[in-house]
Amino acid sequence: MVPYSPWDIAAAQAIIAPLAARKGATLPILHALQDEFGYIDAAAIPLIADALNLSRAEVHGTVTFYHDFRSEPPGRKVIKLCRAEACQSVGSERLVAHLKQRHGLALDATTADGELTLETVYCLGNCALGPSALVDGELIGRLDETRLSALCGCRAGAGDRA
Amino acid sequence: MSAPVRIFVPCDAAALSVGAETVAQAIAETAARRGLAVDIVRNGSRGMLWLEPLIEVETAAGRMAYGPVTSSDVDALFDAGFLDGKPHALAHGPTDQMEWLKRQQRLTFARVGVTDPLSLRDYRQHGGFKGLARALELDGAAIVEEVRVSGLRGRGGAGFPTGIKWQTVREAVAERKYIVCNADEGDSGTFADRMLMEGDPFLLIEGMVIAGLAVGATRGYIYLRSEYPHALRTLTSAIEIAEHAGILGPSVLGSAHRFDIEVRLGAGAYICGEETSLLESLEGKRGIVRAKPPLPAIAGLFGMPTVVNNVLSLAAVPWIMAHGGKAYADYGMGRSRGTLPVQLAGNIRRGGLIELAFGASLRTLIEDFGGGTRSGRPLRAVQVGGPLGAYLTTAELDTPLDYEALGAISAMLGHGGIVVFDDSVDMARQARFAFEFCARESCGKCTPCRIGSVRGVELMDRIIAGHERDRNLAVLDDLNRLMTEASLCAMGGLTPLPVMSALRGFAEDFRRPAPAANAAE
Repeated sequence: MVPYSPWDIAAAQAIIAPLAARKGATLPILHALQDEFGYIDAAAIPLIADALNLSRAEVHGTVTFYHDFRSEPPGRKVIKLCRAEACQSVGSERLVAHLKQRHGLALDATTADGELTLETVYCLGNCALGPSALVDGELIGRLDETRLSALCGCRAGAGDRA
Repeated sequence: MSAPVRIFVPCDAAALSVGAETVAQAIAETAARRGLAVDIVRNGSRGMLWLEPLIEVETAAGRMAYGPVTSSDVDALFDAGFLDGKPHALAHGPTDQMEWLKRQQRLTFARVGVTDPLSLRDYRQHGGFKGLARALELDGAAIVEEVRVSGLRGRGGAGFPTGIKWQTVREAVAERKYIVCNADEGDSGTFADRMLMEGDPFLLIEGMVIAGLAVGATRGYIYLRSEYPHALRTLTSAIEIAEHAGILGPSVLGSAHRFDIEVRLGAGAYICGEETSLLESLEGKRGIVRAKPPLPAIAGLFGMPTVVNNVLSLAAVPWIMAHGGKAYADYGMGRSRGTLPVQLAGNIRRGGLIELAFGASLRTLIEDFGGGTRSGRPLRAVQVGGPLGAYLTTAELDTPLDYEALGAISAMLGHGGIVVFDDSVDMARQARFAFEFCARESCGKCTPCRIGSVRGVELMDRIIAGHERDRNLAVLDDLNRLMTEASLCAMGGLTPLPVMSALRGFAEDFRRPAPAANAAE
């Protein structure tokens, strides 16, 4: 996927300025910043607060309320694995255990080499074709251990990542 | 060279999730290699999701279905003569004659899977904008009356009469009013909103414009969950197309009415499907639930009178306006009028979207349409209505899908999602998950939900571990009652529903021998 840009205050201001006039602009701004940088840098909070005439506390409160907004840059690849009921009924928890036991991969974490971020998501709307995951924005259905290992850059039987 | 053969390959996210894109590419490449002229149309999904990617070929005898097709099947399909609709192991004959589709009553989903979602010509050819044209001939009160007569109730789950909501907003006096479409389809087991937005986005746009005309609003927001990137792309394109065509903007279909729509993305908070939390989020704040009153119909978005309707409620309106409220009310049972797009999901052999008049039984859906579990193991539990819905036993499958009938067995219809579990399910674990999900997604405003959910997880851990089970089950009973009665909104108030139904129908799972200490997590 397209790599994210490194954090840059001028670039952030250029993103915020045209959106600031919209009513209730906080979420559109946060999404735009995360699309550009991959996360919401702490330095963005005063910029947004100034642009929208809000307190820093209000902006901080909004950023931290929503699961989507990250406070750290993600790995180069982001896999969101669905763990909601419909995917549970077809073995999503088995996949979580597989990641942990075979590959030592934990959910809601980024690997030490910065290659891969695994996130929990509750429902991707693919509930008849689960287990499902969103891999860099691409929806994958009927996931099994082998496919998931491959998506994570691992061989299914091995503990190491290629 | 003869006219190109039209081949339909869905661009619905579910079809893409099992390889529709590579199939479309393989068809294009194979046709080019063989010197055959094909016109590949990217349609929505017909909703027969177990057959995806389901491709269709337009022939003199109608559209012929083939599925599930993988890219490695494509050469063989060409060899078999699928461009002429000839037989093949993956062939299902004319799509319209397929039993699964034929038995449905598709009003809202009539075009989904049939047309190119972004073609206004297709939309008009299949009856689009007839409802809006009629609405433009009426005044707001007459539109509201038509919707009231239809008996349409909110499809998001609460089932509040749409006509009454619209009337309240219409009668409110304010400088501005808003139409807000709740497209934060967060319930596991539901995907009808997504399929509709990806498969027939102009229908939702048409429904929102009619709502605007009815109540005197000129601006609409679609609050879409961020987990739906495909729907975002389709909606964004559809809105642009509608603006260029004069359907949205300063003069709706050449009239004196203005209407604009903007899509806003949620950010992964389940609670934002609750209407007041959604409004807070649209205003740029934390998605904290508001106390009611005031109702959003009186003081909603930015303090103004606001219609907040689910995608399916708004999408039902164009049909109602085109055919009359009475015709819509002729479908259904009791106080549940019209049709319900049911979503059959989870451990099911033939999952997908089934639109039927209210009143079909769960058994009809799961056994006749669904064909039982995907795993082939015995069916054990069915969760209806999302994470806040009850788990039903096999003895309860004859319950009709109807707001009141499900309410009568302490269950709820919700957004019409049905999630099937086989006999490997551990219902004590599912009860624990209900609390865990609530703890993660609670907005935190009211104590019963914020603290109760955490206590619920702890209690379930003790019960599962076999610690003082009787005493902990008694506390669990208390906690369920407290959360039900004292929570501010449905999140905390309904979390006990799956828990209590699991206790009621699957008590043995709460009395299993405790896992051995060395096997504990």
